[in-house]
Amino acid sequence: MQNVKARIRVPERAKQGEIIEIKTLIAHPMESGERTDEAGSKVPRQIINRFVCTYDGEVVFSADWHPSISANPYLAFTTVATKSGEIVLSWTDDDGSVYLASAHIEVE
Amino acid sequence: MPGFAHDSSIGRRDMLVVTGIGLVLTTAGLGLPRARADLAAMQARLDELAAGRALQAGRIMLDLPEVAENGATVPLAVEIESPMTGDNHVKALYLFAERNPHPEVASFHFTPRSGRAMVATRIRLAESQRVHALAEMSDGSLFTVAREVQVTIGGCGG
Repeated sequence: MQNVKARIRVPERAKQGEIIEIKTLIAHPMESGERTDEAGSKVPRQIINRFVCTYDGEVVFSADWHPSISANPYLAFTTVATKSGEIVLSWTDDDGSVYLASAHIEVE
Repeated sequence: MPGFAHDSSIGRRDMLVVTGIGLVLTTAGLGLPRARADLAAMQARLDELAAGRALQAGRIMLDLPEVAENGATVPLAVEIESPMTGDNHVKALYLFAERNPHPEVASFHFTPRSGRAMVATRIRLAESQRVHALAEMSDGSLFTVAREVQVTIGGCGG
């Protein structure tokens, strides 16, 4: 899917050992496969089925989604601020597309 | 077959009651065999996840509105009590909406680096129903809880 926009909120800095919250929102219809269009035919399923958060290259949190996740999926979760580095988020679409967003965190 | 333990969950008796309703409605020509099939599918998935282990109450705080005006987007937050250390943490959280066309909603996989076993998201609820959470700990123990949500306008088919 083209032009899928993701918004993420990650603190710019944190103290080492602090638990930080990451909030994400991605613009995606999450077509459930249960809906019918005006012509009465089923709209095929197309959802984001996988979410992964890596921090400094290591997976710290992940999720598997099914059609019951709402359109424009919102997700909030936590991670421990270990050291300065990149937090990379990825969402994988049924069509194989991978949407990426990342943020740098400075850890004191 | 382990039931989905305790008063707030699906036991064998509840399954039978729901099955009974499904049959009556189908016979009356209203055609709702789906809820029955999906409850069975959900129970099969729970049995697969439990793999014979007991389901315990407690530890999970499942926050959902009692009444959801719009079933297309129902806010949900979960936190599970755990020290989240290397040898004592929450590994996974599974969510189910028992009367959705696909009852399995999501699974979330935590690590000691999560710090807390918490997650917030928004889910679809096709109709009024119970939402179930199942948490798997690093020692293999399982905890479960369920919440009833009244839905004013269902949110799956659209």
